[in-house]
Amino acid sequence: MANIEKQVVEGLTGLRDWVDARFPLVKSWNEHLAKYYAPKNFNFWYFFGSLALLVLVIQILTGIWLTMNYKPSAEGAFASVEYIMRDVEWGWFIRYMHSTGASAFFVVIFLHMFRTLLYGSYKKPRELLWLSGMALYLVIMGEAFFGYLLPWGQMSYWGAKVIISLFGALPIIGPDLAEWIRGDFVVSDVTLNRFFALHVIAFPLLILGLVGFHILALHEVGSNNPDGVEIKKNKNAEGIPLDGIPFHPYYTVKDIFGVVVFLIFFFAVVFFTPEMGGYFLEHANFTPADPFTTPAHIAPVWYFTPFYAILRAVPDKLGGVIAMGLAVNIFLLLPWLDRSPVKSIRYRGMNYRIALTAFVISFVSLGWLGMQGVTPLYTWMARFFSVVYFSFFLLMPFYTAFDNDKAVPDRVTDK
Amino acid sequence: MNGYNKLQRMILVILMMVSVSVSAAGGSKLMHMDVDLSNQTSLQRGAKTFVNYCLSCHSAAFMRYNRMGKDLGISDDVLKANFMFGTDKAGDTMTIAMRQSDSNKFFGVTPPDLSVVARSRGADWLYSYFKTFYVDESRPFGVNNLTFKDVGMPHVLWQLQGMQRLTKSDHDDAIHHIPTFEDLELISPGTQSEKEYDRTIRDLVNFMVYLGEPIKLKRTKIGVWVMVYLFILLIITYLLKKEYWRDVH
Repeated sequence: MANIEKQVVEGLTGLRDWVDARFPLVKSWNEHLAKYYAPKNFNFWYFFGSLALLVLVIQILTGIWLTMNYKPSAEGAFASVEYIMRDVEWGWFIRYMHSTGASAFFVVIFLHMFRTLLYGSYKKPRELLWLSGMALYLVIMGEAFFGYLLPWGQMSYWGAKVIISLFGALPIIGPDLAEWIRGDFVVSDVTLNRFFALHVIAFPLLILGLVGFHILALHEVGSNNPDGVEIKKNKNAEGIPLDGIPFHPYYTVKDIFGVVVFLIFFFAVVFFTPEMGGYFLEHANFTPADPFTTPAHIAPVWYFTPFYAILRAVPDKLGGVIAMGLAVNIFLLLPWLDRSPVKSIRYRGMNYRIALTAFVISFVSLGWLGMQGVTPLYTWMARFFSVVYFSFFLLMPFYTAFDNDKAVPDRVTDK
Repeated sequence: MNGYNKLQRMILVILMMVSVSVSAAGGSKLMHMDVDLSNQTSLQRGAKTFVNYCLSCHSAAFMRYNRMGKDLGISDDVLKANFMFGTDKAGDTMTIAMRQSDSNKFFGVTPPDLSVVARSRGADWLYSYFKTFYVDESRPFGVNNLTFKDVGMPHVLWQLQGMQRLTKSDHDDAIHHIPTFEDLELISPGTQSEKEYDRTIRDLVNFMVYLGEPIKLKRTKIGVWVMVYLFILLIITYLLKKEYWRDVH
C-alpha cells in the first residue's frame, strides 16, 4: 500500500513540476495565497472584499443558467421569466438567487467602500486600487441597470425609460445620445435585446477584467488594516512583515467562516422573503411592460435611490443630472481630497469623525427619500442632505488638513 | 414538529434583522386578510371558484392544470371532470378561448392575465376588491368598485354575494367624503351568507396567491433545511478558523 501511495505522490509532484516548467503555478500560488502576507489585525470590515467576489461568482453561475431559458424579446421576456419560475426545475431558486444577488452585491460593495472611508485605504500608495474599485462600482451599476430591464415588467420598462431620458437632458448631444442608447425612439424590443447583450457579455467581461486588475493592484501594495499602519515597514530577517500572516491558510479559513455567515443571510432572503417586501423585487414589476400605461409611482431599486434623491433635489433637470453624476463619481477624487497624514479613523481627530458620521446619515437619508413620493418637505430634506453629502468631499481638504490627529503606532495594535 | 420551534424562532430573528418594514401604497384603505397556504382544502375550493368564475374571460397562461393538480392534491381525473372544460390536456396551461379583440369590445379593455396578479396587487387588495362591488347605474354593467374605481369588470360573483349599495356617496356631504367599505350595505342577498361569501373570497385569494408563485408551498420548507445545514456549517467553520488561528499572536 505504502508503495502505491509513494507512487501517487511522485506522480502528482511530477505533474506539478511539468506544469511549473511551462506555467508559473507554484509561483502564483505563493505570490497570491501561501506567501502573500496580510496584516493579522483584520476585523469585521475586511470580510466584504471576498464576499463581493463570492456574489460575483453567484451572479455569473445563476446568470448562465437563467440565460438557458430566458428569451430576450419584448414578446417573450416576461413569459420566459415566469416559465423559469414555474416549469424549469429549480428555476425559481436560480432566479431568486440572481435577484437577491443583485441587491446583495450592492450591500456588500457599500460596506466594502465604507471600510475604505473608515481606514483611509484609498490613500497613498493605494490610489490605483481605489480607482479600479471605483471603476468596478460604476460598471456594476451599469450591469444592474441593464439587468433590471430584462424581466420586462412595468418597473423594468419605466425605470429604464426614466434613466435613459436623463442622458437626453445633456445639452446638444442629449437627444441623439438617448436615441443611440435605446436604438429606437422609445424603449422597445431593440433596447431589450441590446441590454441583454451588454448585461450577459460586455459588462461581465469588463467586471472580470477589472476584478483581476483590482486584485493584482492589491497584492502589489498589500492590504491596509484597521490601524492604517504599513506592515511592510517592519520586516524580519527573511523579509516577512512582522505583523503579517500568510493569506492562506489564515484568511482563507477566516473568509470561509464569513462566507457561511453571509450565506445564512442570503438564503434567508432567497427562501423566506425573496421580494424583500418589494425592495428586491418590486411589486409593479409583476405586471408586464406596457408602454401605454405609466405606473403611479416610479422609483428605482433601493441601491440607486440615494442618487435619485439628489437628482430630484435639484430644480433644473440638467442640473439634477449633473449633480447625480457628480454624486456617483466624486469618490474618485478621495485620495487627493484627503489631506490628513493619518489613514485610520482610530487616529484621526474629531473633524473627520463628525464629517464621516454626517455623510453616512445623509447617504442613508437620501436613500430613504429617493423611495418616497415628492412633497415640499421631502424635497427640502433632500436638498439639505445633498449639501451635506457634497460638503463631505468638497470641504475635505480643509477639515482633514487641520484635524487634531493622534500619533499612529509603529506596529498594529490588535492581535 | 415541536423540534422546529427553536429553529423557527432563530430564523425569525434573522429575518427581522434583515427585513425592512413595509408599507404598501394606499394600504390604509384596504381590508386585511391573512393568507394561509397550508390549508389545502381552502386552496382547492379557491381553485374551483377561480376556474368557474374567472377563467372564462381571464387567462392564467403561465399555470399548468396538472401542476395545480399535483400541488393541491387533485387527481388528473377529478381535474378533467371538475376543473377543465373542453378538450384541454392535463399538461396544458390555463388559457381561454375568448379572443382579445372580442373581449376588448365587450369590456372596453382586455381582461388581464391573472397568473401573477397576486404578486403585483397583493392579497389585501384582491380581498378588498372582491368585497367592494356596489350598484352604480352610470356604469355599463351597473356596478362600480371601491377598490378599483370604474373597473371594466362586472360583479361576476353577484349571485353568491348579492348586491351592495353605497349608503353615502361622495355627493352627499358638503365636505367631500371618500367612501370606504364601511359605507357599503347589502341590498339584495345572494345564495351565500355574508360569512360564507367571506370564506369564498378568502379561499379564492389564497388560491390566487398560490397561483402567483406555486413554489411558495415548498420554498419555506426547503429553506428551513438549508438553514439547519448552514448553522451546522457555521459551527464547523468557526471551529476550523479558531484552530488555525491559535498560533497567531
